[in-house]
Amino acid sequence: MSNAVAEKKKPGFAAGAANYLDERVGAGGILKEFGRKVFPDHWSFMLGEVALYSFVVLLLSGTFLTFFYQPSMEFVIYDGSYGPLKGTEMSIAYASSLDISFDVRGGLLMRQVHHWSALLFVAASGLHMLRVFFTGAFRKPREINWLVGFMLFVLGMAAGFTGYSLPDDLLSGNGLRIIDGMIKGIPVIGAYGSSLLFGGEFPGEYIVARLYGLHILLVPALILIFIAIHLFMVVIHKHTHYSGPGRTDSNVVGYPLMPVYVAKAGGFFFIVFGVIMLISATFTINPIWNYGPYDPSPVSAGTQPDWYIGWLDGALRLAPSHWEFVAFGGTWSMNILIPMIVGIGFLVIVAAYPFIEAWVTQDKREHHVLDRPRNAPTRTGIGAAGVTFYAVLWAGAATDLIATNFKVSLNQVLTSMQILLIVGPIVAYIITKRACLALQRKDREIVLHGRETGRIVRLPHGEYLEVHEPLGEFEQWKLIDFKDYQPTLARPNSKGKITINARIRAAVSRIYFEDRIIPVTQTELDAARHDHPEAIEAPVEQEAKQITQ
Amino acid sequence: MAFKRNRRSPLAAIIVMAAGLALTGGGYAAATSAVEAAKPVSAIATAEQVTEGKKLFAANCASCHGKKGEGSSGSNVVPSLIGVGAASVDFQVATGRMPGQASGPQLEKKKPQFTAEQISQMAAYVASLGEGPAIPTDAMVAADGDSANGNTLFRINCAMCHNAVGAGGALTHGKWAPALDGVEARHVYEAMLTGPQNMPVFNDANLSPKDKKDIITYLKYVEETPSMGGYELASLGPVVEGLFTWVFILGFIIAITIWLGAKSN
Repeated sequence: MSNAVAEKKKPGFAAGAANYLDERVGAGGILKEFGRKVFPDHWSFMLGEVALYSFVVLLLSGTFLTFFYQPSMEFVIYDGSYGPLKGTEMSIAYASSLDISFDVRGGLLMRQVHHWSALLFVAASGLHMLRVFFTGAFRKPREINWLVGFMLFVLGMAAGFTGYSLPDDLLSGNGLRIIDGMIKGIPVIGAYGSSLLFGGEFPGEYIVARLYGLHILLVPALILIFIAIHLFMVVIHKHTHYSGPGRTDSNVVGYPLMPVYVAKAGGFFFIVFGVIMLISATFTINPIWNYGPYDPSPVSAGTQPDWYIGWLDGALRLAPSHWEFVAFGGTWSMNILIPMIVGIGFLVIVAAYPFIEAWVTQDKREHHVLDRPRNAPTRTGIGAAGVTFYAVLWAGAATDLIATNFKVSLNQVLTSMQILLIVGPIVAYIITKRACLALQRKDREIVLHGRETGRIVRLPHGEYLEVHEPLGEFEQWKLIDFKDYQPTLARPNSKGKITINARIRAAVSRIYFEDRIIPVTQTELDAARHDHPEAIEAPVEQEAKQITQ
Repeated sequence: MAFKRNRRSPLAAIIVMAAGLALTGGGYAAATSAVEAAKPVSAIATAEQVTEGKKLFAANCASCHGKKGEGSSGSNVVPSLIGVGAASVDFQVATGRMPGQASGPQLEKKKPQFTAEQISQMAAYVASLGEGPAIPTDAMVAADGDSANGNTLFRINCAMCHNAVGAGGALTHGKWAPALDGVEARHVYEAMLTGPQNMPVFNDANLSPKDKKDIITYLKYVEETPSMGGYELASLGPVVEGLFTWVFILGFIIAITIWLGAKSN
């Protein structure tokens, strides 16, 4: 029987390829299964891909750079091609970075490729995380993958920071000095931690080689492992999709990996690679020759970290400098400690959010259909608050540039940002939540009464009506397919006691779901269809009555 | 043969061209030397210049700085100009900062209000009030020093306010260190010498005239050398690079993803 079936079916490209490998490594089954994986089509699902591809570009360009870079802090007298540094004493690390820029063929392009793709890697990861957050893609069963992705974002920052310090120019050295200061700001262990990292007093003679080891071995290896886990889990969970007719929590609607997505994703890789090359060939990034060799005394104006560390730099800048006191025979630098605690706290909340929301909703169902952000108003509001908080800290790293370019006082910029850091997220939360609820109301209105066409019809007895056009099935589905949550009540447990946990959850649940728009039900829909002409006429009559009274 | 007689000598074109070149070249040289001569390079002023300068001063400066440049220390502090020297006047007036339009944390650079001759007259008058730094000669500010030494000195002394390549930076309470791109070498020298507005003085004991010349050489190198790595994004460092990444690179790539994700019609 089975033979007969096999003869009837002509093996496709995927099956053929699987057969070749199957006979040799026995992986055919897996490949066949893998080749038939279905992925939905949407632009926002490609953001993670951009991060992945920029990581590949990072590996390629980084390997090129290791051929020429020397992680040594020994001193040399520079004798390369860049005139204004000739005869200047500097570390071998800086001299070799200058040689890559000026004396190695294609070296400057590769440095720029490496740096631009690093910025893009973290930016694309961040944007991908925002997409996952605002569409609720982190819900069961994907909470762990959210954590893996979060680790990738943090590792991206770590990879960036360790790499930023390698050229040993003045800019990166100042960045390291800030890290040194932050470590020393930790009570009790700070000074030990700093001399452990730097092998003595800052800057020492070891830090560049140590950061190099981390930058080319440990951090990329961890990133690779986490990428593997991340993608493996995408395969296990299958991809999420946006709501639409026929799309449910138990299926995926899209195209198969083989051959559609292999071609599409492969092509997209070359597009991303091409964009990075184009930018790197036309725009300068990190012109290290301008900054000069590192020396702990000078700090030039406009010293900033790369963008992904900017929010932490901003936190340090925004902390009032007088939060420092002397007690128990030591200086307690609260102006360093509190920004560090705030930064770590922010990251912890980001990592824990899926678990917090699951605890509030007590929703144990699997979710494969994504939320439209407006259909989860509180989550979207919290997300907007988080984005605002991060953005203010981020802008805080650029206070000096804001002051000079907009011709305002640096001190006023700082004070405004300190206020904005507290007030901004609250305002963003309220406005976003209200906007979501308003949009939901608008959706409801459209589903029940149809779209306004702007066509005015005059009836025989002189009355004017605007014709409302009912929605198509496909469009309507998008507007009504979302889940309704209700505030949970604090109920007694099996022992008949209402626990504190239950009380807190009830309170948070009330914040989440007190104001909500219920999805349109079938009954409402039927009623609206049935009464459609009346639904239009009714308000007109009411208005008329009001006027005559 | 008539053709041949009428024909010009083969040397005619060359002679005409040479004469033309000599004329334009010589004329240009004469004109530039005339301009050079008009430049305020002389430290010794004539009595006539001082008299003219006094008139200009009384008409344009005395209302704030006092009839004799003594300044005022009342509720509205105006610096005394006795002993500030010709260099100070040349810097402040030739960059348009003086006469100031409005009081504020710092005076803005603007179009100069006076001609070079008038400025040199005012400078001569102010220099006659008390001894002060003189206007540097062209040889002192020529960008032919040691750019590597200038780079090191600039990094140690200037970059903390003016940024590593002189793109400018912020100071406290609305003050700022201006960008140095396009600033005349003479004005850079005078600024170091006199410490205008919020800038500290770098006198000759602090930075020797050779050091100052080296710094100018470095700044002119940065100004005149085209960027090695492509467009410089205003030389403002990582903030602009980050902004560029988010707005342009990611923006461009998102546009591509939308194109790729669009349903084919």
